[in-house]
Amino acid sequence: MSTPNFVEFQNVWLAYNDELLAQNHFAVEDINLQVKQGEFIAIVGPSGCGKSTFMKLTTGLKRPSKGQILVDGQAVTGPLKISGMAFQAPSLLPWRTTLDNVLLPLEIVEPYRSQFKQRKAEFVERARKLLQTVGLGGYEDKYPWQLSGGMQQRASICRALIHEPKMLLLDEPFGALDAFTREELWCILRDLWTEQKFNVILVTHDLRESVFLADTVYVMSKSPGRFVVKREIDLPRPRDLEVTYTPEFTNIVHDLRGHIGAIRQAGAVINQ
Amino acid sequence: MNKKTLETSAPWILLVLTLLIWQGLCSLFNVSEFIFPSPYRIAQQTIEFADVIAAHAWRTYWVTMAGFGIAIVVGVLLGFVIGSSRLAYAAVYPLMTAFNALPKAAFVPILVVWFGIGIGPAILTAFLISFFPIMVNIATGLATLEPELEDVLRVLGAKRWDVLVKVGLPRSMPYFYGSLKVAITLAFVGTTVSEMTAANEGIGYLLISAGSAMQMGLAFSGLVVVGAMAMVMYELFSYIEKHTTGWAHRGSHNE
Repeated sequence: MSTPNFVEFQNVWLAYNDELLAQNHFAVEDINLQVKQGEFIAIVGPSGCGKSTFMKLTTGLKRPSKGQILVDGQAVTGPLKISGMAFQAPSLLPWRTTLDNVLLPLEIVEPYRSQFKQRKAEFVERARKLLQTVGLGGYEDKYPWQLSGGMQQRASICRALIHEPKMLLLDEPFGALDAFTREELWCILRDLWTEQKFNVILVTHDLRESVFLADTVYVMSKSPGRFVVKREIDLPRPRDLEVTYTPEFTNIVHDLRGHIGAIRQAGAVINQ
Repeated sequence: MNKKTLETSAPWILLVLTLLIWQGLCSLFNVSEFIFPSPYRIAQQTIEFADVIAAHAWRTYWVTMAGFGIAIVVGVLLGFVIGSSRLAYAAVYPLMTAFNALPKAAFVPILVVWFGIGIGPAILTAFLISFFPIMVNIATGLATLEPELEDVLRVLGAKRWDVLVKVGLPRSMPYFYGSLKVAITLAFVGTTVSEMTAANEGIGYLLISAGSAMQMGLAFSGLVVVGAMAMVMYELFSYIEKHTTGWAHRGSHNE
């Protein structure tokens, strides 16, 4: 790699449309960010602070109004096919089996698209293996509505990873799950990441989740969306769920919580 | 009798009960068959004029299916266009709503001027009355795409066309079949109404001529035949719907 930074934001500003731009009303402001190859970052902040906007910028679905975004040394100018995305809603297609849902990206993204017919057996094998690693072995031929919420979300993550993206973007992927399932999926994500070392950008409002999983946590403020705190999590890896009950862990969470609280109060003052 | 068989036989039981009460009332009050024929009398006349009725019914049937066929093609195409483009939706939808509010029977005299008495007006009336639900349903199915899913696909470089074919169309299939069930019954209404004034054949024509000849039994058998045809077609589409888009009806079977 020529550049040490895999993702780089240089003074990125975004207004949703020209009208808002003219009024100097930005959804995210002055974002600067350097993410190393294989780094796991988490972005936390109150809802409506532009976290999802941030994801759209990174994947090239939205272009910044000002500033520049580089991914893998290249300026982002359009949809970035080396990324996989998963959201809070699993949004699987109900008429496809779990396996076919996971295969969907391969039917769309090149170079797999043109090889899909010839190499189908190989792709199916890959999808089955991936489903097995997340504990969905034996559910390949079930339909999404026959799976529980947690299982659907695992399938959704498999769909995001099937084309072996260099970057995985997760927008509150575990937000709708119960606490136990959520922790289970944290571990699955941790294992997938440890094994494949893709870059992860995790958007969440769960502080424990961000501290447990990420190398670096960024705290974002609300309207305008700005990064206000950058915190490296130096807890040793591999991290076990037990780590979440240690005082070091709790201290970090508590500290970050303090920042969020400060943002909210500042926001309240401005709103009045 | 268990619950399931009771449910399937319920419409038949209701039908038989209705006929019995109807027959009972007609016999009890000795209602003139020129005013309100009894089911027995209707059945008698149906058998007596079976050939005539069958010929008219066949005509109505294929004319309806022709109009319905055009409605499917036009409805799907229009639905596809307005469902996949926001601009087309904005432009077309209000006009279509206004058009749908017009009584289609009012078109018949105009269609007669254009196409003369015969199959032309009947086919077109059936088409005009039945394409709207098909169009609306296809458009709805296409337009209600989760934005997240669209992002997932767009980031992979999916073109609009990919999204429409992989997601939009399959998603709108249940809406499509649902609309066919509504549209086919409307198509029969369109054909019959048109035939009443603008044809020399078909059930609509039979109704008018039987009525003017005071053949009330025959007129009623015409009505029964149209109803039966519409019901059979409805059940057919309902069957196809259940067997092709089972994923959308998961609540209805054992799952």
